[in-house]
Amino acid sequence: MSDAVIPAKIADKVETPFRRFVSEFAESKVALGGLVVFIIIALLAIFAPWITPQNPYDLAELDIMDGRMEPGTVGGAGFTFLLGTDDQGRDMLSGIIYGLRISLIVGAGSALIACLIGASLGLLAAYAGGRTDSVIMRLVDLQLSFPTILAALMILAFLGKGIMNVVIALVLVEWAYYARTVRGTALVERRREYIEAAQCLALPTHRILFRHLLPNCLPPLIVVGTMQVARAIALEATLSFLGLGVPITEPSLGLLIANGYEYMLSGKYWISFYPGIALLITIVSINLVGDQLRDVLNPRLKK
Amino acid sequence: MTVYLVRRILQALLVVLAMSLIVFIGVYAIGDPVEILISPDADQIERERAVQALGLDLPLWQQYAVFLTKALQGDLGRSFVYNEPALKLILQRMPATLELAFGATIIALIIGLPLGLYAGLRPEGRFSRVIMAGSILGFSLPTFWVGLMLIMVFAVYLGWLPSTGRGDTGTLLGLQWSFLTWDGIRHMTMPAINLALFKISLVIRLTRAGVRETMLMDYVKFARAKGLSPARVTFVHVFKNILIPVVTVVGLELGSTIAFSVVTESVFAWPGMGKLIIDSINVLDRPVIVAYLMMIVLMFIAINLIVDLTYSMLDPRVRLESKGT
Amino acid sequence: MTAPTLEVRNLQTYFFTRAGVVKAVDGVSFSVGRGKVMGLVGESGSGKTVTGFSIIGLVDPPGRIAGGSILFQGRDLAKLSEEEMRDLRGNRIAMIFQDPMMTLNPVLRIDTQMIETVKAHKKVSTEEARQRARDTLGMVGIPSPDERLKAYPHQFSGGMRQRVAIAIALLHEPQLIVADEPTTALDVTIQGQILAEVQKLCATTGTSMIWITHDLSVVAGLADDIAVMYAGRIVEKGAVSEVLDKPLHPYTHGLIGSVPSRNKRGEALRQIPGMTPSLLNLPLGCAFRARCPRASEACIAEPIMAEILPGREARCIHPHLDASEAA
Repeated sequence: MSDAVIPAKIADKVETPFRRFVSEFAESKVALGGLVVFIIIALLAIFAPWITPQNPYDLAELDIMDGRMEPGTVGGAGFTFLLGTDDQGRDMLSGIIYGLRISLIVGAGSALIACLIGASLGLLAAYAGGRTDSVIMRLVDLQLSFPTILAALMILAFLGKGIMNVVIALVLVEWAYYARTVRGTALVERRREYIEAAQCLALPTHRILFRHLLPNCLPPLIVVGTMQVARAIALEATLSFLGLGVPITEPSLGLLIANGYEYMLSGKYWISFYPGIALLITIVSINLVGDQLRDVLNPRLKK
Repeated sequence: MTVYLVRRILQALLVVLAMSLIVFIGVYAIGDPVEILISPDADQIERERAVQALGLDLPLWQQYAVFLTKALQGDLGRSFVYNEPALKLILQRMPATLELAFGATIIALIIGLPLGLYAGLRPEGRFSRVIMAGSILGFSLPTFWVGLMLIMVFAVYLGWLPSTGRGDTGTLLGLQWSFLTWDGIRHMTMPAINLALFKISLVIRLTRAGVRETMLMDYVKFARAKGLSPARVTFVHVFKNILIPVVTVVGLELGSTIAFSVVTESVFAWPGMGKLIIDSINVLDRPVIVAYLMMIVLMFIAINLIVDLTYSMLDPRVRLESKGT
Repeated sequence: MTAPTLEVRNLQTYFFTRAGVVKAVDGVSFSVGRGKVMGLVGESGSGKTVTGFSIIGLVDPPGRIAGGSILFQGRDLAKLSEEEMRDLRGNRIAMIFQDPMMTLNPVLRIDTQMIETVKAHKKVSTEEARQRARDTLGMVGIPSPDERLKAYPHQFSGGMRQRVAIAIALLHEPQLIVADEPTTALDVTIQGQILAEVQKLCATTGTSMIWITHDLSVVAGLADDIAVMYAGRIVEKGAVSEVLDKPLHPYTHGLIGSVPSRNKRGEALRQIPGMTPSLLNLPLGCAFRARCPRASEACIAEPIMAEILPGREARCIHPHLDASEAA
């Protein structure tokens, strides 16, 4: 009777953690799709100069006569504006792909810097404890109690516009998420035996921190990091839309959308619509990947 | 309770002080204060007179003391553009922003609670998956772009709703409110929905998570074991339990809704505080910027304080716990 | 001999999980007579709680009753619609849960939680329902019930909460109460009080009871009959006095041996080695085989429930028959 109870899944214990991770990630077709889409977007952004029909920053290539053309119109330069043109005769497709570049660089760059700063501070807080910990965590609390858009506005109001200032603002807004995440995990890990063992061996502090503690804090950090890249891209777009972000000479997606705002009321939807779709696809694909990462990497959800 | 209250208020005051310091340093130390506080059109002599009048030759801590004293008296400088006290400008615009934020919050609850409840009760259902996918979209969609699309569809193509402005207003308590007139409500609909979008997703997720957690509780099973109807179990036993955390979070979010209305107000040219601050940043009307930041910081801390206090009064369990620690 | 209040026949409650079918309850049969208390004993995960939930019809997906019948006053509960079942629940069959801190809804007042139960099954006015609630609270020994009705659960101690839960179960004078370890979470003194109350109530009202527990000493003092569960099956059943005196199944034997007792002071406590097997991956044959001191090659064949002594059933090929072996 009981031989019917032999489990359907015979656990293959030979799989490595990484392969297990990959196969669990691939369980969600949606997340896999998100990953593929994101990779395509990243490739487009990286190889933009070789792909786009036009260099949208090169004013010599633009012809004001091609301004505000509908999608599918053939322009003066002889190629088809698949997604139309903006008021300066810039091919929207080229503009979007170049805009993606700016958006991704600003988003990923700020997330990376924020991650470095935040993770280091979080580790330090967890490892040092005491007064260091409470000072860092008060700062984190303060930062997190204000909405990101407000903090970013404040910083840009002081610093002025520009790509670097946007990155600084994003870093200042985001570091706290990483710090909180890393500190939380590190506090748990710190009490584990392997850290005690490392301390008994009198390993230097930085070695314990970065070689022993940090790797074990990576899973939640990766999850938060993924989500934060999406948030950073959205925030940068918002700031640029408000006219506080990147300069007009190097338009990100947000600025492209802002440029189309006034023309939309007269029915020329494409100038705002397509950059928005590109932004949306980028953010959704990153979020889908992040969602699945969280499910796979979160030990609490494992059954 | 009194000890808790006093301690909590002291904490809040400390944060206000810290934020005023940050704003002060931001304006006076990082930027050039002369440029910030004196109209760019002023000539050299006017400048020097102003530097002295503003006490910019004094040490930084003394300047901060002066700034603080003036701020306490409600003097946060005069706007260059409007040539009016910055604080007065902000307060004039505040009702528009507040009604937008409240409208968005109510919409978020009306739409989010039932959808979240449904998704929580039938986590495997097809419609639940659609709801959850929608909520991911709600988190991902850039607010400003959705605003533009709303305008494009409902104002430009369909022509159902006006695209910008506040419309007619009615008077209540001596202030102008759009929600008192039909035209005002028509103007408010799109911005409020736009601002609510993120919050709807949030409420859906909170409600769903709450429902799923609560459904596993023994007291829900006990309620079913008592032979209660599924409707009674759902709407009394489950719903009442999730309402407290959801309402708390939404209340806490009111501050961030007000902050995010900056974006919505810019899209729909809604004449609130958010539109004012963006315009001010763009023309470097810095006294207004400082006044706005100080106001919003104050508002934020007040909201946090009120939510904390009401929560501890609402839920007796919390009060007991906080007494214990 | 009248017909028993409840007769469970070959009950099978399975959980259809992604990892496979978990046979939480696999072919359980027993009956409870009118006014009798039946102790259902087993370790965590033995299926005793799922058995209780199956009777009251509250097995949640992915679990469901896959086979067998649950005859309650002649009706098969396994075949009733949810609507018909709800009519019985809290009315003719009531349940008391393990943790009194968790069974009352923290945000509803006691009166709300009691009145709604009365009104779920009887068309009465709120005032009449309140009257009934007050009387029942008094019956289970709660002082000044009028005041206590207006309180919230967190204002009660654990013992008081369990009394409230018992009062809720008693509101409609059910024929059967399923009690899932209702005293495990309580202090020993409170436990004693509640056991005494319950015994009195059963005797006076003729209510039958299934008392689910892992605590043999509770069963010894309270129950008339006992059924011992292991890995989803009943391995031994019979009258309490006989089973505890002279256990037949090695598992029962081990359970009784593990109870710390004054008679064996200074002696090392006996224990059953090993752990309850995973229901997903049960060994062939007797499920207790791997932990059993009497196991042999023959145990690889599935033992069946058989009457080994008069009125005594056990599921074992090598039962303890010799009186000198008993604990």
